Amino acid sequence: MLPGSVVTLGLILFALGLLAILAFRFNDGSLFGAGFTLGNFSILATEPLYGRVILRSLTIAGLVTAATVVTAYPVAYYLSFHARSRALILFLVTLPFWTSYLLRVFAWKIVLAYNGVLNSGLIAAGLWSEPSTALLNTPAAVVLTLAHAYAPFAILPILVSLDAIPRSLAEAAADLGATPFTVFRRVILPNSMPGVLAGAVVVFVPTVGDYVTPALVGGPSSTMIGSLIQAQFGKAQDWPFGAALALVVMLVILAVILLVRQGDRRFGSRL
Amino acid sequence: MNLAAPAPSAPGRPRWLGVYIVAYLVFLYLPIVLIPLFSFNDSVQAAFPLKGFTLDWYRGLAGNEALKAALMTSLGIGVCAAFLATLCGMTIAYAELTLRSRLSRLIAGLARMPILIPGVVVGISLLIAVNLIGLGPSRLAIVLGHVLVALPTTVILIRGSLKAVPRSIPEAAQDLGASDAIVFRRVMLPLALPAAISAFMLAFLTSFDEFIVAFFLAGTQPTLPLYIWSQLRFPKSLPTVMALGTAILVSSILIAGAAELLRRRGLRRLPS
Repeated sequence: MLPGSVVTLGLILFALGLLAILAFRFNDGSLFGAGFTLGNFSILATEPLYGRVILRSLTIAGLVTAATVVTAYPVAYYLSFHARSRALILFLVTLPFWTSYLLRVFAWKIVLAYNGVLNSGLIAAGLWSEPSTALLNTPAAVVLTLAHAYAPFAILPILVSLDAIPRSLAEAAADLGATPFTVFRRVILPNSMPGVLAGAVVVFVPTVGDYVTPALVGGPSSTMIGSLIQAQFGKAQDWPFGAALALVVMLVILAVILLVRQGDRRFGSRL
Repeated sequence: MNLAAPAPSAPGRPRWLGVYIVAYLVFLYLPIVLIPLFSFNDSVQAAFPLKGFTLDWYRGLAGNEALKAALMTSLGIGVCAAFLATLCGMTIAYAELTLRSRLSRLIAGLARMPILIPGVVVGISLLIAVNLIGLGPSRLAIVLGHVLVALPTTVILIRGSLKAVPRSIPEAAQDLGASDAIVFRRVMLPLALPAAISAFMLAFLTSFDEFIVAFFLAGTQPTLPLYIWSQLRFPKSLPTVMALGTAILVSSILIAGAAELLRRRGLRRLPS
């Protein structure tokens, strides 16, 4: 019954364990480094570049998460409370997710490029006299593209938590004289927070480590931590340092998850 | 997730919300529509105005040997990874629900962990692991990576369908003398089969489109996303990539649609 799961879980723990060990080793050109050192981490702490890139990754991923969750909430709300053709809308919302991820990102390059769709469209409409280079290769382009790529991720968890709210709660609040807005603010929103937080985590984790989108639409001013990790395992050939960077990313994610847990407890995820 | 009756006092105006939903869908689809659009455009440049209709880029697809090889690699990896992920998902979910031991719960928790690990970390961790055990970057390494990426989905999907089976059904089988193995094989497995098939399809699609993990684990044979990535650097091959993207889009829609239909049929078959 269990051999499959044991192999898989051995793989997860084994691989992550190796990563953690490698982060504390020297790069001597061999496969698994040598000795024991904290040098990788002291470079991380002293070289301002890394702090800056980590901060930028957190900011971009945070903005993407906020944008995704805030735009997804009304969709989930509509699906839970008002939709007549619920299955169809849900299908339509998840469908773009099944196109090639690379091409979804690349499509934004076509939209934002110098001779791209947006520039030529705005010129044709007379709103713009000459094409702008300020669209592509900016951190804003990365935020926009990632928010688009991960949009459906936030809808499902929010929808599940909205569906779990007994309709009688909202009715009771309304009977007691609450305005529709108060019902939303005091009853619906707090009760759906577990879903909001789950959706935020599901978007935040893959975006904080993404290196494809910064490479395609971000330009040099929006290098993210994933790009640095990828470079250590590619061109730079410094696996131990790359492992240390990855370990830092995992610690940051762990901290974010613990924060979310705290929030979850405050809102009392049991209903 | 059933269709809940709208609460009479539910706040928010449906009409205002309806407009928002339409705008949201337009935002979702607008960039994606460009891919098929430019795949029929008679110009190497992906820019407006359109130059004219052509099927040349699709003809270019048919004779491309490197593309065919990448497609076969991706299909093989996708089927293997989806099969393993579904098998593991089934055993993990079933063990969690029936054994209720601390170990099975721990395993089920760990199996969901890849959701919380960015792809780049999964990729390099496995790269270190496969190099140390002597396997090296290869198709098998990508299969292992994709099993990990797809595992949370298969566990959650299959667990949901197993959990929807009323306890009285396996209990009745046991009362009639069925052993644990027979309860699983003759009762629970058939009931969870639609969910397992839909988990298989979703795992396959995940693997088929996966780039970030595969990038680190690929040996000499690239997968389809890796091939697309290598072509994105050459402006000349762009329209062919668009044609390829359109073909992938259409087949993905068909597979995702089929998976959704199967999942619903599975839920409907259960007595409520």
